[in-house]
Amino acid sequence: MYGDFAAVDSIDFEVQPGESFGLLGPNGAGKSTTMRMIGGTLDRSGGTLQVLGMDPAERGPEVRAHLGVIPQQDNLDEELRVRDNLVMYGRYFGLPRSYLGPKADELLAFAQLEAKATAKVGDLSGGMKRRLTIARGLVNEPRILLLDEPTTGLDPQARHILWDRLFRLKEAGTTLVVTTHFMDEAEQLCDRLIVVDKGRIMAHGSPAQLIREHSTREVVEVRFGSERNAQVVAELEGVGVRNEVLPDRILIYTPDGEGALEEITRRGLHPVTSLVRRSSLEDVFLRLTGRSLVD
Amino acid sequence: MTTSTPARRVAIPPVLAGLTSGNVGAVLERGFTVIRNQNWMILLSGFFEPVFYLLAMGIGMGGLVGEVSGPGGRPITYAAYIAPALLATSAMNGAIYDSTWNVFFKLRFARLYEAMLQTSLGPLDVALGEILMALFRGFVYALGFLGVLAVMGLVSSWWALAMVPVAVLIAFGFAALGMAVTSYLKNFQQMDVVNFVMLPMFLFSATLYPISVYPEAIQWFVMAMPLWHGVELMRQLSVGHLTAMTVLHVGYFVGMTAAGLWLTTVRLRALFLR
Repeated sequence: MYGDFAAVDSIDFEVQPGESFGLLGPNGAGKSTTMRMIGGTLDRSGGTLQVLGMDPAERGPEVRAHLGVIPQQDNLDEELRVRDNLVMYGRYFGLPRSYLGPKADELLAFAQLEAKATAKVGDLSGGMKRRLTIARGLVNEPRILLLDEPTTGLDPQARHILWDRLFRLKEAGTTLVVTTHFMDEAEQLCDRLIVVDKGRIMAHGSPAQLIREHSTREVVEVRFGSERNAQVVAELEGVGVRNEVLPDRILIYTPDGEGALEEITRRGLHPVTSLVRRSSLEDVFLRLTGRSLVD
Repeated sequence: MTTSTPARRVAIPPVLAGLTSGNVGAVLERGFTVIRNQNWMILLSGFFEPVFYLLAMGIGMGGLVGEVSGPGGRPITYAAYIAPALLATSAMNGAIYDSTWNVFFKLRFARLYEAMLQTSLGPLDVALGEILMALFRGFVYALGFLGVLAVMGLVSSWWALAMVPVAVLIAFGFAALGMAVTSYLKNFQQMDVVNFVMLPMFLFSATLYPISVYPEAIQWFVMAMPLWHGVELMRQLSVGHLTAMTVLHVGYFVGMTAAGLWLTTVRLRALFLR
C-alpha cells in the first residue's frame, strides 16, 4: 500500500499512486496545515494519517525520504549559491555527491537556471526562486510531490512554464498533491480534487465531474452597468437554468450559451458587454459556497 | 530521469525514530560550506573579542593592579590572572550566541530549519549539527586565543594545552543548555532575558577578581553558577595547579552537557515542529 493519506482533522481523503490530487479552497481553509502534517513537520493534535503506510509524526525521516516538499513561501538557503542549494539539499537526504553532481545539473536544466548555477540566491527573481525551490524538491526523486500554492505570486508566463514542468513529472509517474486557490491551476493540474472551505470538504471529484454536478456546460456573463444589474435580473428569468448576480455582472448558467444570448436579445435586453464561456471550477465554488474564491 | 536514489541507510534506535536519520554529517557539511563562503571578517571578530578585553583590562588596568595571588597562592600578573577567565567567558558567549540568537534567527527568519526538516533530516540531526558547529567555532577561537596567551607569556605550564579542549567542553555545556532554552522562547524580546543573565555571570563569576571578596552566602551562589567552574578550571590549567577541585569543575560541565542534551532532546518537537 502506498500513496494513501487518510483523515486529516475533519478532512478525510485518500490519494492513489501516480494521481494528481488537489486541495482547493480560499486562504485560511487549512490547506498548508494539512500539507505540513503530511510531511510530519507539524505535530497534529489528533486523527490518523498514513503516508506510504507510515505515520509521518512517528517516522518523519523515513516518510520524507520519499517526499518532495514545495512550501508556499520559498525557503532557499540564502547562504549557499544556487547549485549548492540543490547539492546540499540532496546531502540532507543522505545522497552521495557522485549522484548529486549530475543530478544538480539535470535539475538546473529542468528549472532553466543553468546560467545561474553560481549566482547568489538573493539575486534571483521571484520566478527563478520558485523554479529553484521546485527543482530542489525533486533532488531525491520523490514518489510524492507536495506543492503548496506552487504558482502564487508568479506572472502568467512563469506560471505556464511551471505547469508544463509539473505536467511532465506527472507523466513520469510522480504523485502530485497540490493546494491552490486558483481554479485554472486546479483544472490544469489535478485529476481529482476536494473543495475545502472552513475546514469542511464541500465537494470532491474530477474537475469535469464537479463542473457537471454543480454547474452547467456553459455560462453567459452579461453586464448592464452596476446600477441596472439587479433591476434587469427579473427579466432574465428562464433564459438559463439558474442566474447568479455578482456586484459587477450577472452569470447565466445554461447548456447552450449562444442560444441564451439570442434569447436575451429577443427579450429586448441589450447588455453593455456579454461573454459566453465554458463553466469552470470558479462556478462550482460559487455554487457551493455562495461566494467567489479570490476576494 | 534516473530511477534509483542511492540513499544511505543507518540503523536508528527505536526511541529516536522520527527524530533522526543519523545524518548529522550533512548539517556539518552545510556549516563548513557556509564558513568557506563567508566573509572572514565576521569570523575574525569572534577571535578578537577576548583579545581586546585582555589588552584593555589585563595590560591596561593590570598596570594599576600589579601582581595578584594565582591558583595555589603563587603570585602572577593581573593579565595572567584574568586571561584564562576571558577564555572561559568567550567560550560561553560564543556557544550561547550560536545556540540562542543564531538558532532563533534560522528558525524564524531564514527558515533554514524548515527547509532541512522537509528532507529526511530529523530535529535531532539539526540540533546536534548546530551544536557541533558551535563547538567547532569555539575550538578555533580557543586555539587562537591560547596562541596569543603563549606569545604574551601569560601561561606557565604544558597543562595550558588542555585549555583548548576544556573551552570546547564549556561551550558544549552552554550550547546544549542554550538550545533547550531557545525552545521556550517566542520572540526577540525574550532573547534579551538571555543577555540579562549572561552579562552579570561574566562580571561576577570571579572572572576579574577573586571570589573571596564576597560574603560567604554570595560565594555559594557564585559557585553554583557554571561560569565560575569554567573560570577556575581554566585558571588552574594555565599554571598547571591541579587539585581535587579540577575534577569537580570538569564534572560540573559534563553534567551540564548531559542535562542540556537531555532537555534539548525532550524539547525538540516544541523547538522545531511548530
